[in-house]
Amino acid sequence: MADSDVLHAKHVLEYPYSRSVGPVIGAFLTALRDGRFVGVVGSGGSVIVPPTEYDPITGDDTGELVEVGPGGVVESWAWVSHPRRKHPLAHPFAWALITLDGAGTALLHAVDAGAPDALSTGARVTARFRPAGERVGSMSDVEAFVLEGGAAR
Amino acid sequence: MTDQPSAGSGEPIGPVTMLATPIRLDFDFTPGVAQSRFLRGLERGTFLGQRCPTCHKVYVPSRGTCPTDGVATTEDVELAGTGTVTTYCVVNVPFAGQSIEIPYIAAQVLLDGANLSFMGLIQEIPADEVRMGMRVEAVWVAPDELTPSLASVRYFRPNGEPDADYDTYKEYL
Ligand SMILES: [Zn+2]
Repeated sequence: MADSDVLHAKHVLEYPYSRSVGPVIGAFLTALRDGRFVGVVGSGGSVIVPPTEYDPITGDDTGELVEVGPGGVVESWAWVSHPRRKHPLAHPFAWALITLDGAGTALLHAVDAGAPDALSTGARVTARFRPAGERVGSMSDVEAFVLEGGAAR
Repeated sequence: MTDQPSAGSGEPIGPVTMLATPIRLDFDFTPGVAQSRFLRGLERGTFLGQRCPTCHKVYVPSRGTCPTDGVATTEDVELAGTGTVTTYCVVNVPFAGQSIEIPYIAAQVLLDGANLSFMGLIQEIPADEVRMGMRVEAVWVAPDELTPSLASVRYFRPNGEPDADYDTYKEYL
């Protein structure tokens, strides 16, 4: 059998799920669509971001929604030298845990820092939102975080 | 998110209530030499199996080796499009992307001359009349629609022969 007789094909496996987000995560996503962040006040008074319906420690209902960010602090990070097709940025970036100003928990997002030596734990970053017309109520409404004072592409 | 009004549409926008979270995997698939031969057979409107030189069992589709003897299967065997339903399942559950009407029958068909049963649809018979041992024949797509894919086999249908004796297929359940 000639090599040319060996077949090759593209296969796609896809599940087109959509999920109901509920009132609390819905409020978070609605705020993202508006170009802002909100968190929710937990049992101990600390603000949980992204917000949850229940306090993760006490299990009690969480309280009121409060605005946080858009600036914050990098808690830890990992550099991605070779982004994959589905990554949020096509050029090298960092995945980072970011505590937004006013928040008591960290949020995972991409930091568009240009190069790894431009980024450090404790660095101040701020959100770069997509233009209003492109925002749909999704985490990807934040294109990436960038270092406060520039350095991003 | 495709079902949310865009912020730029000028329409009043309600709160976000739904989030699209598709899971998608893209594969580059190659079936290898042995299964490519089987698929090329389908493209010609035939079932092509392979016989083990040691135990003489005929596998369809062949993986290129005998799983019992661990030797390469080299002899091609062209099988008739007739066979016996060994076991089957009536599908009553609708799901996204379903292309045939429910209820339908997914069956294991033991092709005549083969020692491995084969998954196929059973049509042209009410679902509650399908039975173990029923004799069937393959219905192929039109000659100009044959492709190296199982989609070339539209389904199996009763071929009118008397049911096979249980002893002829009991080893294949
Ligand atoms: Zn064998």
